[in-house]
Amino acid sequence: MTVVARRARGATSGAGRLAVALLSPTFVVLALVVGYPLVAALRESVFREGTDLDESGFVVEGARFVGVDNYASVFAGESAVRFWNAFSNTTVFTVITVSLEVVIGVGMALVMHHALCWRGVVRASILVPWAVPTAVSALLWRWIFQADGVANSIIGQQVLWTTEGWQAKFAIILADVWKTAPFVGLLVLAGLQIIPNDVYEAARVDGASPWRQFWRITLPLVKPALLVAVLFRVLDALRMFDLPYVLIGPRKASAETLSMLAFEEAASLRFGPAAAYATLLFVYVAVTALVFVRLLGADVIGAARERAAKR
Amino acid sequence: MNTQLRRVLTFGGLGLILVYCLAPFYWMAVSAFRRPSDQFELTPLPAPFSLDNMTAVFSPGVGFGRSLLNSLVVAGTTTVLTLIIGVSAAYALARLHFRFKNAVAALIIATSMFPGISLLVPLLALFTDIGWINTYQSMIVPSLSFALPLAVWNLTAFFRQMPEELEQAAMIDGCTRGQAFRKVILPLAAPGIFTTAIITFIAAWNEFIIALSMVNDSSMQTATVAISRFTGAYGFDQPFGTQMAAGVIVTVPLVVMVLLFQRRIIAGLTAGGVK
Amino acid sequence: MGVRTTALRATAALGVAVLLASCGSGGNDTGEQTGGALEGRGEITFATGKDTSNNMQKLVDEWNASHPNEQVRIIELPESADAQRQQMVQNAQVKSDAYTILNLDVVWTAEFAANRWVVELPTDQLGLDKFLEPAVKTAQYRDKLYAVPVYSDGGLLYYRKDLLDAAGVKPPKTWAELIAACQAVKPAQPAIGCYAGQFEKYEGLTVNFDEAVHSAGGDVVDASGKPVVDSPEAKAGLDALVTAFQQGVIPQKAITYKEEEGRRAFQAGELVFHRQWPYQWNLAGKTDGSSQVAGKFDVAPLPGIDGPGSSTLGGHNFAISAFGKNKATAVDFIKFFSGEAAQRSNLLATSQAPTLASLYDDAELIKQFPYLPMLKASILSAKPRPQAVKYGDVTQAIQEAAYAALTGEKTSEVALKELQAKLQELVK
Repeated sequence: MTVVARRARGATSGAGRLAVALLSPTFVVLALVVGYPLVAALRESVFREGTDLDESGFVVEGARFVGVDNYASVFAGESAVRFWNAFSNTTVFTVITVSLEVVIGVGMALVMHHALCWRGVVRASILVPWAVPTAVSALLWRWIFQADGVANSIIGQQVLWTTEGWQAKFAIILADVWKTAPFVGLLVLAGLQIIPNDVYEAARVDGASPWRQFWRITLPLVKPALLVAVLFRVLDALRMFDLPYVLIGPRKASAETLSMLAFEEAASLRFGPAAAYATLLFVYVAVTALVFVRLLGADVIGAARERAAKR
Repeated sequence: MNTQLRRVLTFGGLGLILVYCLAPFYWMAVSAFRRPSDQFELTPLPAPFSLDNMTAVFSPGVGFGRSLLNSLVVAGTTTVLTLIIGVSAAYALARLHFRFKNAVAALIIATSMFPGISLLVPLLALFTDIGWINTYQSMIVPSLSFALPLAVWNLTAFFRQMPEELEQAAMIDGCTRGQAFRKVILPLAAPGIFTTAIITFIAAWNEFIIALSMVNDSSMQTATVAISRFTGAYGFDQPFGTQMAAGVIVTVPLVVMVLLFQRRIIAGLTAGGVK
Repeated sequence: MGVRTTALRATAALGVAVLLASCGSGGNDTGEQTGGALEGRGEITFATGKDTSNNMQKLVDEWNASHPNEQVRIIELPESADAQRQQMVQNAQVKSDAYTILNLDVVWTAEFAANRWVVELPTDQLGLDKFLEPAVKTAQYRDKLYAVPVYSDGGLLYYRKDLLDAAGVKPPKTWAELIAACQAVKPAQPAIGCYAGQFEKYEGLTVNFDEAVHSAGGDVVDASGKPVVDSPEAKAGLDALVTAFQQGVIPQKAITYKEEEGRRAFQAGELVFHRQWPYQWNLAGKTDGSSQVAGKFDVAPLPGIDGPGSSTLGGHNFAISAFGKNKATAVDFIKFFSGEAAQRSNLLATSQAPTLASLYDDAELIKQFPYLPMLKASILSAKPRPQAVKYGDVTQAIQEAAYAALTGEKTSEVALKELQAKLQELVK
């Protein structure tokens, strides 16, 4: 508990002790399941497993310290091309899917919030895409998009969706937005539900148009919930793996994401480079999250407000 | 006029949402109720209608009922623990004043930034060492840790929106800090808590790769793992029909359950609240 | 172990992990079993994918009934081959004793043997002279035996006998004859596609590419394992497929075909010829309405450029995990499972190709599986895929090159040149 303990020392006595007590279960769990493997992976990323064979054909065992070699080789030669391609795929998927999900999710939440009847049923049914196990839904979409599948029969043309090209990206985006827009919708709906009604009453008395009400009242009040939803969607989308892997298939340039690179390296028993890819992705995600929080002021825990208050 | 337009828009919107969410699922259900021999027909209705895939899911060798139960245990426990642990952490972040609060929040969310698949091998080594293979906790604890960051952040956002004055008033009336929180804040934040619970439950219910790696005893496997082990009748057969049938089976009860319970759960959370 | 202990120490800062370090170093390492000795009797596990017809369970039950103290438990792995390998590799990584017997794809032998994840087996005790020789070769690494072949597989050319008969042509022996046969069929069947195999970017593409190269007299790697794919023969083989795609001999959508997509196309009557494994025989012959071609097709050996072609060898071998316990029991169980009675029952139940030569000449079995003699010929003349320790990288390189050539992204010449360079790097 050293970290927590050290943190406690800085805290203001009573509240600090309570905070430690309340936060430590979270940190115990996270340290065990994420912290330990994460540190193990970081460590692994500066080692390289032996792949050389001895005379009798056995792999020479033992990992050797290679410093930043695993990282350097990501940016060298052919793997650099592959890395930047995966990097741009990951970014494109994230930007497009999360934007669409926000628009659709907020729309869903608004409609459900204003519906007087059927709200329960609709809210239950928007759970459907989110509740279908990812592997099963990826499979479902693969059959929808196969050469003589229902997608082609609806558009009346033969598009080979799972081959290289824009159509593979389109298929992934469609399937991902379908599955995760409800996630945004649910969180935003919950945010809408805690807005007191009298706020709207006041606005209506002032004669504000619905559009104005949305921008001036609804959006600011639902912002904390929306930002959490978007932030976690960004984190998830940047780590996208199952869907392109099952729907389009591994090692296709149009669909390869950074997570898939890390996975492929590990599958080829190059654990050091795999850990390096994972760490780079981690850094990318962390930087994105930081920029996101700064730019959009996702001041969820309100520390800034506190600091301002103190001044 | 305005209200009428509003009603049309709302109903149109509801209809649109239903179509959007359910059309692909409809295709899944249709595929599930086709005969295995005409699995890839494109007719909008299964003709002839068949329960072959459904019976295949529940064929005795598969033990699917048992794995549904395992999923329920894992996802249910995960949800309850996530809420308990998450609510206390979120309360600390939302209400208490202490240093390094930003760092704590950042550290919590940072744990959901590492690609999940890269945690697998170290975690397997760890669980093998401490003898957790083939146990519920080997699935619950990872699911818990995957769910906690979102739960903590989301609940923090909700708690912060609750007026602090109400809580202080309750404390002046003689409530302890804990009582004030339970009686005042929790009921008001019910929609947020309920949504967090749903999202956690579904994420745990759908977790696959950890459950697959940590458990090799088929009586302990979860539903998603059982689905991945479905086989066709012969070597290269992708058991599409049974997988779709199983997809329907794991999804529908979940949704029905939420439908039935959402009122009651929200009511339960709200009950006893200061209104 | 050293790695893990240090890793744990490195996490000391993270509080909780420290508590675990004490457990971490004690742990599960009962290292005595990791030697080469095949000793110990008792319970074992058998990790396998796809028990398609429950026949494995039936055979295991049979074994368990007569071996009360040496019970075998099946651990079913996921349906997909990649996921199966991933589970086995993970367990080997952490030296877990969860799996005793591993059901390995033929192409994994070298990797598992070279990493010491599976143990060497005593050649003299297993009666391997009765097995098909190419199948036994797939279980060897550097001339030592690491597994016992239980299932084999070879490619066959399925053809529409009715259409060929109507057009008055014989089943083709060469690629040119195949194309000519299609042209003869075309007037009566203008919409039909001529040929398909497995061309999606996955292991099946490696199989089909290897077959094209071998059938044109080329090789991917030579007998000593040196890459030789940069040859005119290999180019002729790949070009045959590339041209076929360009000219529509292979339908466009076949680039998305794995086994099942192709099978459905053949069964729907969309193809004259289809390169496929034996499993399609029973399914395409079904008369319950699922197949339009029941009774209208037959099989022939794969065609080559100048003469008969040669198939790529498939199949599965059983090996013993280096970290498993009770290896003596494991050896006995493998003997039981690869014995004649078990293989016969497997063939009857699953129609997977056996590895015992005698079963292919069994009149009763031939009556039920008329393609057996053809399959035997196919397997005996079949070529293995490169037996490389880094097989995963090798097959990826092959798929990369073949897919780029088939989709027209690169010329076959460039693709093969790059493949040659990559393979040289990989098997160095």
